[in-house]
Amino acid sequence: MSATSARPRVGRKPPTRWMTIILFLLPGLALYLLFVLFPVIQAAHYSLFSWDGLRPLTDFVGLDNYTRALNSDVFTGAVSHNVFLIVLSLAIQIPFSLFLAVLLNRRFRGRAVFRLIFFLPYVLSEAITGVIFLLILQPGALLDSSLTGAGLGGLIPVDGWLGDMNLVLIVMFVIISWKYFGFHMILLLAGLQGIPREIEEAALIDGAGRWQAFRHITLPLLGPTLRVSIFLSIIGALQLFDMVWVMTGGGPVNASDTMATTMFKAGLKGQEMGYGSALAVILFMFALVLALAYQRLVLRRDVEGAVTAFNG
Amino acid sequence: MTTIASPRTDFETSPVKRRTARLGRVRAFDIVRYAVVVFVAAAILVPIAYAVLGGFMTNGQLIGNPVSLPSPWVFSNYTDVLFGGNAGLFWGELLNSLIIAAVAVTLTVTLASLAAFVFARMVFRGREAMFMLFTLGLLFPSAVAILPLYILITQIGLQGNLLGVALPQAAFGLPLTIIILRPFFKSIPVELEDAAKIDGCGAFGFFWRVLLPLARPALATVSVLSIVGTWNAFMLPLIILNGQDQATLPLGVMNFSTQYSSDAARILAFTVVAMIPAILFYAVAERQIVSGLTAGGVKG
Repeated sequence: MSATSARPRVGRKPPTRWMTIILFLLPGLALYLLFVLFPVIQAAHYSLFSWDGLRPLTDFVGLDNYTRALNSDVFTGAVSHNVFLIVLSLAIQIPFSLFLAVLLNRRFRGRAVFRLIFFLPYVLSEAITGVIFLLILQPGALLDSSLTGAGLGGLIPVDGWLGDMNLVLIVMFVIISWKYFGFHMILLLAGLQGIPREIEEAALIDGAGRWQAFRHITLPLLGPTLRVSIFLSIIGALQLFDMVWVMTGGGPVNASDTMATTMFKAGLKGQEMGYGSALAVILFMFALVLALAYQRLVLRRDVEGAVTAFNG
Repeated sequence: MTTIASPRTDFETSPVKRRTARLGRVRAFDIVRYAVVVFVAAAILVPIAYAVLGGFMTNGQLIGNPVSLPSPWVFSNYTDVLFGGNAGLFWGELLNSLIIAAVAVTLTVTLASLAAFVFARMVFRGREAMFMLFTLGLLFPSAVAILPLYILITQIGLQGNLLGVALPQAAFGLPLTIIILRPFFKSIPVELEDAAKIDGCGAFGFFWRVLLPLARPALATVSVLSIVGTWNAFMLPLIILNGQDQATLPLGVMNFSTQYSSDAARILAFTVVAMIPAILFYAVAERQIVSGLTAGGVKG
């Protein structure tokens, strides 16, 4: 931290300026390169080898790990599970969060308390959340006996909530939403509060209905926040690991495996670092493609929305 | 833009009548609002209340009759975790979590502040490219890096060491922290920087004495987010830390639930105790998270 010596001297700007830039930037950059970017590049490197993570890295196999991954029912199944969770998040979780943000955007008694409660699950770890719901969903535990008590015992799946291959992902999604909707709600609420009330009021005075004002004024202006929220939601669903690992370990019979759990199992349980790394790279590609595609798409729609709002 | 952003002319014609006519509908809205909000709040609180109360129940009651208050109240599950046979486990894991969080958050916020300062207030070639490099970290899931990280941490001898979790965790926190801090740092008026320069402040002096104090709300926000992220981290501790002595709380909760898989009440007690630090922290820092997010700028 010898940056204090970088006293400004008249006429000697450039050298000290570069010194400052380097001194300020270097520590963060070094940490970031070593522990974030370098491992990602290493993953691409390892993915071209058949490797157990221990022996020397000599058995070059080209793209074999990738073809193996694409032909693996377990992995393609895991991909479809991630996609399923993303679709549900975008179709249900984000609109629901937005709905609650809109509800909380007006002053009313107890608003602060509700906001406090909704955001609470976000600070609990997925592991803790997972264990609590694991116990709630056990046969005969809270959910089952509540349903039985309400005369809805017929809804209880024979194999249990987490044992039913068709149900397990939906159950997982509900729990994810339980934990994360409050986070998105807070983001969107902040976005809503950043929009001057007058703009919507002006529209209402001009004769727009509440829905029209929301759809054509508030929503386009909320675009940037919504974009962040959607993006974080996609990334979250894409890398889902903790909750699945704690609750089902990917089961029953891979029915709740995600890309991350298959990767983890291959690399660290199965001693197949090369193959696992290939799965990691595929996960990276998904993130990249989704991020780019989505940014294009949403950016364009933002502009369109803004234009229609201004014309109408 | 101008047609919408000039509401003042409309203001004078603002019809008071319409507003009063709408009052009845507003009340109806309010009732619906309350109904929805109360329902959602219950959906959040019931699982947590169940965990808390379940820790006081016998296992028989947990399976047979969980929708009621504990009868009799059993205290042994909680006392076992806090003071009894499993106390060493719990307090040790708490300490591990605290150490990792302290190191990681200090590193993240310090290094990110320095970097964000450069990105916000200095003009140089390649600045945006460098910034993009950092934002890239937000783009991909951290799981992508996890297998090579395992190899790397083993190679540098930090396998089974709390630092082996804290350092990568700090690195993973950098992108978001920098991205949040940059606009805050940018929003501080140039005049202040000029004034500081005239008063003899160098770049670091301005950063330390002017910028950081002014950006305190933003620093609180990023620290809080970073603490939550680190505290709840699971995958990295799972691969780096070995055995129960080194486990963090999230890891410990999972270990405990497998170890006592037939003793649900005891698991619930352990889980509840393990989530108390997070909830206490939330009670203290909630305002900072929300106000930091909603303020959206530094007050000049």
